[in-house]
Amino acid sequence: MMRRRIYYPVLAAAALVVVLHVALAASGKTYYMTQITMSAYYALVVIGLCLLMGYAGQISLGHAGFFAIGGYTIAVLTTYNLGNWRDTPAIGLLRSLGLLMQWQDMYGRDILSFSPWLAFAVALLLTTLIALAIGLPVIRLRGHYLAMATLGFGLIIYRIVLGARLLGQADGISNVPAFGLADGLQVNGRAPFRVQNYYIAWFAVLAAMVLSLNLIHSRVGRALRSIHQSEEAAHSLGIDTYRYKLATFILSALFAAVGGALLTHYNGSIGPSEATVMKSVRYVAIVAVGGMANLWGAMLMGVVLNFLSLRGVFGSFDDAVFGAILIGVMIFAPQGLLRMPRLRAVTFLLPRRKRA
Amino acid sequence: MRTRLAATLGVLVLVCAVLVSGCKKSPEAPAPKQAAPGAPPIKVGAIFSITGPASFLGAPEAKTVEMFAEKLNQSGGVLGRRIELLVRDSGGSPEKAISLAKQLIDEEKVLAILGPSTSGESLQIKSICQEGQTILLSCAAAEEIVVPLASYVFKTPQKDSQAAQCIFNTMKDLGITKIGVITSNTGFGKGGKAHLEKMAPENGVEILVNEVYEKEATDLTGVLTKVKGAGVQAVVNWSIEPAQGIVAKNMKQIELNVPLFQSHGYGNIKYVQGSGEAANGTIFPCGRLLVADSLPADHPQKALLTQYKKDYESRYGEDASTFGGHAYDAILILTEAIKKAGSTDPKAVRDAIENLQGLVGTAGVFNFSAQDHNGLGLDAFEMLTVKDQKFAIYQK
Amino acid sequence: MDFALFVQYALSGITVGSVYAIVAIGFNIIYCTTGIINFAQGEFLIVGAMTAISLAEVAPLPVAILGAVLITTALGAVVELVFIRQVRNASVLRLIIITIGLSIVMREVMLHIWDEQVRSLPYFTGTEISTVTILGAHISPQVLWVLGVSAVIVAALTLFFRYTTTGRAMRACADDRMAARLCGVNDRWMVTLSFMLSAGMGALAGCVVSPITQTQYDMGAPLAIKGFTVAILGGMGNSMAAVAAGLFLGLLEAFVVSVLPSSYKEVAAIVVLLLILVFRPSGLFARRDMSALRTA
Repeated sequence: MMRRRIYYPVLAAAALVVVLHVALAASGKTYYMTQITMSAYYALVVIGLCLLMGYAGQISLGHAGFFAIGGYTIAVLTTYNLGNWRDTPAIGLLRSLGLLMQWQDMYGRDILSFSPWLAFAVALLLTTLIALAIGLPVIRLRGHYLAMATLGFGLIIYRIVLGARLLGQADGISNVPAFGLADGLQVNGRAPFRVQNYYIAWFAVLAAMVLSLNLIHSRVGRALRSIHQSEEAAHSLGIDTYRYKLATFILSALFAAVGGALLTHYNGSIGPSEATVMKSVRYVAIVAVGGMANLWGAMLMGVVLNFLSLRGVFGSFDDAVFGAILIGVMIFAPQGLLRMPRLRAVTFLLPRRKRA
Repeated sequence: MRTRLAATLGVLVLVCAVLVSGCKKSPEAPAPKQAAPGAPPIKVGAIFSITGPASFLGAPEAKTVEMFAEKLNQSGGVLGRRIELLVRDSGGSPEKAISLAKQLIDEEKVLAILGPSTSGESLQIKSICQEGQTILLSCAAAEEIVVPLASYVFKTPQKDSQAAQCIFNTMKDLGITKIGVITSNTGFGKGGKAHLEKMAPENGVEILVNEVYEKEATDLTGVLTKVKGAGVQAVVNWSIEPAQGIVAKNMKQIELNVPLFQSHGYGNIKYVQGSGEAANGTIFPCGRLLVADSLPADHPQKALLTQYKKDYESRYGEDASTFGGHAYDAILILTEAIKKAGSTDPKAVRDAIENLQGLVGTAGVFNFSAQDHNGLGLDAFEMLTVKDQKFAIYQK
Repeated sequence: MDFALFVQYALSGITVGSVYAIVAIGFNIIYCTTGIINFAQGEFLIVGAMTAISLAEVAPLPVAILGAVLITTALGAVVELVFIRQVRNASVLRLIIITIGLSIVMREVMLHIWDEQVRSLPYFTGTEISTVTILGAHISPQVLWVLGVSAVIVAALTLFFRYTTTGRAMRACADDRMAARLCGVNDRWMVTLSFMLSAGMGALAGCVVSPITQTQYDMGAPLAIKGFTVAILGGMGNSMAAVAAGLFLGLLEAFVVSVLPSSYKEVAAIVVLLLILVFRPSGLFARRDMSALRTA
């Protein structure tokens, strides 16, 4: 019974993804897949943030920081040339363990670097540690204090990536190689790989949805919802509110880091612009529009709004649109766009969250 | 109910205000006047940071290319076909630039992309253009854009290292050996800092203080106080944004009365106006656009520069800047190469660019080759100074 | 370092610190009366400066500044009436998000009205190269204007809150809104007034620093962040503490530059913010009773 609520919608979504592919191919517009893929990775961040904001009730104005941690870690580790240490025993050991990668960059230079799998693992580990370090003191705070603390965290990450020579400073890191997942399957932005990357990205998003839906429909999820409704009441019932909030914070950070890592491989580069306050604000705006506690809404809005923004549909008004969305949603539809009475009709297809 | 109405009206008014004010400013695609009927237009893409943190670069660049394309189309276009310019605003955001570049290459199938305006964006789309075999004529300054070389990637601004060399040459004339270097934390500043540090010892100059400041810095007295405390003979500021104007003012205010050298990013009279009297005496290397009127009549660049300045200022009502000049050079190089190649096949045009010699542009005279995708040498620079709050050629 | 250099750093720190303090006071006024953190506070400074610059093209400087202050004050009222008042049962989260959205929209509207160019007001006295010597340090006379105007603003506010009926009514709202209503205070009007006051104050501050820092459409957000750091540092709601905290942060930044590379300057402020939030969120100068609007 539980499975129906989770797996049927996910399968339906997967089917829609395939239908979309067919439609695009038929109309000869498969190039839209580029922006859809990029948007899907941004949607990963949004899904995690939705868990944090909508279910655990914590605001984060610094989530772009976690995206940047994931992206930059993977970028540095896969582009740093270990060639000079080729003959040292340490490098020899790593090589024999299959943790290194030999490849040629765009200019034909030979590069010996850490393999993307290792880099990915390191990125996740680093994100967990940092999220723990930030979360431990900060989750205690309420309301605007928490907002400011996460804002401060985001700002520090931005300053670090902007100032550190290893991280490319203002130019960021380019020439990031492809991430080989399996034989013939690569996370890569080049045209021949467009279709497979479309499916890789959606796979990641739907996997995240499955994980999140399982979470919110479990005991943990119910505990989170009760915390969101009333923290004192939940606490009095014996729920370890602090631990649950911290765990959700770390999980949402990991979602963001995965999005960052994969998008970096897809784009082949990353820059400090991914760690700005404006990016964090955008993620918050998208969660707000999609519905604070509406995972599907958040995912949908994440893909749609980023898609439009990346294609330049908003022109020079990009930031203004997100700002206006924030204001508009907060005044008119605080439950999210998809819960407005007039749009109810559209949402009957989507799984409804039972109000606790 | 009424309050909801009021709020809705308020939001609508706001939206209208934004749209109306936006209508005034957004550059519009020009309507073509004459060209051979029936011949398909040549699609050229352009990605500039028209809004956002680098808008002082992108806005004049976009205006310049549109003006150029319109003029060109009015006189018959290139090879009898008109140029269709697809200008996109990246807002200074590299991921948007990536998405827009892919759109222009895969969907619109443009022959070339002009821009982007910043080094960060250019470096991130470099491989996309190279693989897409689309010519990229970047208006950003970083040396890494053309070194290491990618066959389809070119850049139009002068070489940073040569700007630094010009500064050091002037310092030798003035007998300056101890300097303070302050740079902004941007791609441009970082490049300049690296060159200054590397070349100083070779030129007999010692850098006593070396500081980096944030690009949105509004008050540099703290940093300059540190510089003053070190007892320098001159200050070199390498940045491209408005902070350049603040440096001059702050120096005078804390009575740090030593010569101030700026980079070739100082090429906009607004920076001088921003610092008023404090700007007098600043020395910097630059293209000759800003002093076009003072050039001797037989100077190869004079006609082009005075024409561009006149056209830009009469059409847009603002002073021409060297930033717009880089975009002018980009579209000029492209159209000249198309004419030379006699076709719009990307490979042929690319080869033609590499064979362009003696092409007079705003930044200097271009001489491309298979190894040099920038084409400008030391002679592209003129040492300029500020006299009576106007640009003038620096006399030793 | 010698004494003159020390004074030079100190003056640079005090100048920038007094701007932070003004922004923080603006935050405090709104926070006390409504509990809202107004993320758009920085934008009020910039709108004020930009409006003054435009007006200065057609009117003498004092008139331009006065006009700008009045216009920005009206803007503050409009913002409150149209956006803040409409939100019912607002949670802290919602209000924070609204003001963030407002900050962004105001910035973009400014971009489209005034374009991206950097502008500044003319120096109130002297020119760009005038300098005044104090204890061996050299500063622009505009710095004295900044310090003077800040002091006047703080003094005026103190008098307002202590001795005028309206001021006391606002303090009553800050203490206990329901009780104030019961006493006949029109609390909704107090909220509007708090926005107007913050906006006007911000505009004046924006005008007085414009010659030194120049003004560009996107300078609002970094100012707001610093201002907020200072407000929290002193304790939300405590305006005198905000002044002290602002000067402290300004001096800290200035002296950090003297020993470390200047790129650490920005990090210093953020680290201070995080430390305060983690260890003493009620601020350095906080006493038990947090919600009162204290200006003395």
